[in-house]
Amino acid sequence: MKVAIASGKGGTGKTTLATNLASYLSRTAPVALVDMDVEEPNSALFLSGNAHHQETKSKQIPQWHAKNCTLCGNCQEVCNFNAVLVMAKRVMVFPELCHSCYVCSELCPTQSLPMTQKPMGELTHLKADNLDFVESRLLIGEEQAAPLIKQTHDYVDANFLPEMIKILDSPPGTACPMIEATKDADLVVLVTEPTPFGLHDLKLAVETVRHLGKTFGVVINRDGIGDDAVARYCEDENIKLIARIPNSRRIAEIYARGGLLIDEVPAVKDAVALVATTIQDHLKGGTR
Amino acid sequence: MKIAFTTQGTDWDSPMDARFGRTQYFFVFDEETNEVKTFDNSAIEQEAHGAGPRTAQKLVELGAHVLITGNGPGGNAAAVLSATGVKVYVGANDMSVKEALEAFKAGTLKG
Repeated sequence: MKVAIASGKGGTGKTTLATNLASYLSRTAPVALVDMDVEEPNSALFLSGNAHHQETKSKQIPQWHAKNCTLCGNCQEVCNFNAVLVMAKRVMVFPELCHSCYVCSELCPTQSLPMTQKPMGELTHLKADNLDFVESRLLIGEEQAAPLIKQTHDYVDANFLPEMIKILDSPPGTACPMIEATKDADLVVLVTEPTPFGLHDLKLAVETVRHLGKTFGVVINRDGIGDDAVARYCEDENIKLIARIPNSRRIAEIYARGGLLIDEVPAVKDAVALVATTIQDHLKGGTR
Repeated sequence: MKIAFTTQGTDWDSPMDARFGRTQYFFVFDEETNEVKTFDNSAIEQEAHGAGPRTAQKLVELGAHVLITGNGPGGNAAAVLSATGVKVYVGANDMSVKEALEAFKAGTLKG
């Protein structure tokens, strides 16, 4: 079972919830925490474990072979991303623009654009007692998060049993990376803060997960600041408000030194326990 | 020699367009024949990805030897221009086309 911790707005507390929830759950059963925010993974700051596995992840991009190419321009015609252009008697490929769709390569009449591997990121797998931690990190200069997120899902699917709970710390926003991270999830927990900005981006995130057909609920972080518009919105929209994490300087201080909150702040432990209960209920409900 | 400018209009008094990939127009001046040709690049707005190399390709088709622009092309467009031997001069942001040509001739634009 995959539980995605997502948000619209960045900095609402996805990693705070994901790391504490994974740690909490691991006290009773094996659990995996997967940092899907490949552009800026940070869950590892809060965990320690032993190196289990590391591998380089690559994407496939076409490479031009001049020998048989007739410069017909078909590759340029079929590319949706301007990643292949024909000019000055050559074919230029722009790896950062390429989405690895294979179309130019497959449709080339002279097979002059075979696909080749290009490293895009590093996957790291750590183990600590009952907790498996997987993180993927894009290489500097790589622009596309989605292909690496997809391969991280593949790794998780190949290495852990389906019934094992996996907490996915997802990228912020509602664009391709967030969708790629959450689209396989059985349950999505949207973390927000009770401010107009938090509400605005929460609505975008709700729209997105509804479009994806996901079961989801909301956690309000930094409860006590702002107003009650998020809670009212959840009520009006019939969205489950799973838990509230209070706004507190102490929480910020513990977070800032890389500590876990569940052992030191009872209110966070209570909130995390409510999320854990929601997950258990969802499991009993019978989906995967 | 053909000199291309990224512009917001189609005459010598038009302001330069600081952007390369998403420039509104190319204004191409042929020094030998004194001829001017303009190209409307507004279709690039439809492109979500890869505006830079696409526009660079257009510039190559227009036969320009020199590009005068504002902020300068990004990495992908620069790769096209360097592969096809187009010389790039930047920093003509707040000029008209005429002023940009004068600045180019005076050698005050960054190469």
